[in-house]
Amino acid sequence: MNQNLSVGPALSFRKGLRDGIPICLGYISVSFAFGMMAVESGLPVWVAVLISMTNVTSSGQVAGTTLMMAGGSLLEIGITTFVINIRYMLMSLSLSQKLDSRMSLFFRLTLSHGNTDEIFAVAMQQRGKIPAPYLGGLILLPYIGWALGTFLGAAMTEILSVSLRSALGIAIYGMFLAIIIPPSRKSRPILITVLLAAFISCAFSYLPVLNRLSGGWVIIICAVLAAGFAAWKFPMKDPEEETVCS
Amino acid sequence: MQLNYPYIFAAILIMALVTYLPRMLPLVLFRKKIQNTFIRSFLGYVPYAVLAAMTFPAILSSTSLIISAVAGLIVALILSYFGKGLLTVALSATAAVWIVEQFIRLI
Repeated sequence: MNQNLSVGPALSFRKGLRDGIPICLGYISVSFAFGMMAVESGLPVWVAVLISMTNVTSSGQVAGTTLMMAGGSLLEIGITTFVINIRYMLMSLSLSQKLDSRMSLFFRLTLSHGNTDEIFAVAMQQRGKIPAPYLGGLILLPYIGWALGTFLGAAMTEILSVSLRSALGIAIYGMFLAIIIPPSRKSRPILITVLLAAFISCAFSYLPVLNRLSGGWVIIICAVLAAGFAAWKFPMKDPEEETVCS
Repeated sequence: MQLNYPYIFAAILIMALVTYLPRMLPLVLFRKKIQNTFIRSFLGYVPYAVLAAMTFPAILSSTSLIISAVAGLIVALILSYFGKGLLTVALSATAAVWIVEQFIRLI
């Protein structure tokens, strides 16, 4: 352990588990909405759980699953999911500076699978270098919660009434809004990014000719144009603080 | 519904790979930070752009009626503006949609 750096409690497996509880609870509810959406679109429960366990990312797997059930090409699915996920490169890059340099290749290979926006945010708040036990503990419960929530959402869809299912259709978008609105309020560049992306997305949905393009490419175009414009006009000073999504 | 499992598994495998690789490669290969400010900033803004594009206008067709979706959207916007958590915002929007749809069914 880095005794010289640690001021607060040691970054143990137990502390990781404890720090992961709130993330786990949040994940159960978010993945519940994903599980419902997946089953609504025609997938069996176990496939929904498989997607959650192999992807562990909300926006990426929602977009990928939507495209998949619409019969999109594998190239389109791959590129869309990749574009949505390139932010993880930046997060993993930041996280790599903060990891205990003695962390083995095995732990780097396995724990990186659980580097979500929230895990990243909590890990980066810790003092000193992060050892494998802490990061493993931090990831464990949220990962289980992600799979469990998906299962519950997928399995309960058939029990819920039609009116309740219609109402719950908005849940996942409500969560997306809860992620993007608070930072938009604090940061004008983020607000402009959000408004620009929403505007371009609406244009591709409602304007003739443009609306023939399928959803995945629209997300890519929106992301490249809006984030590109913001990056050009408002370069970020401290990437570690501003890339934290929620 | 008849599902094309080979296609579904291929899609899931591809999704998993393009999610895992951006997470894994920097952690295993790189120890240095990206120096280019534009790329760094671009990557920083991407999540917001993606989530906004996924939400609008899809949220308006996420329920059985556009009026109920608008009600849910307004509730979600107000609550998230005041910094309420993900779960609160999502469930309140859901409740708003449900109430509006029950009300419309009555009249």
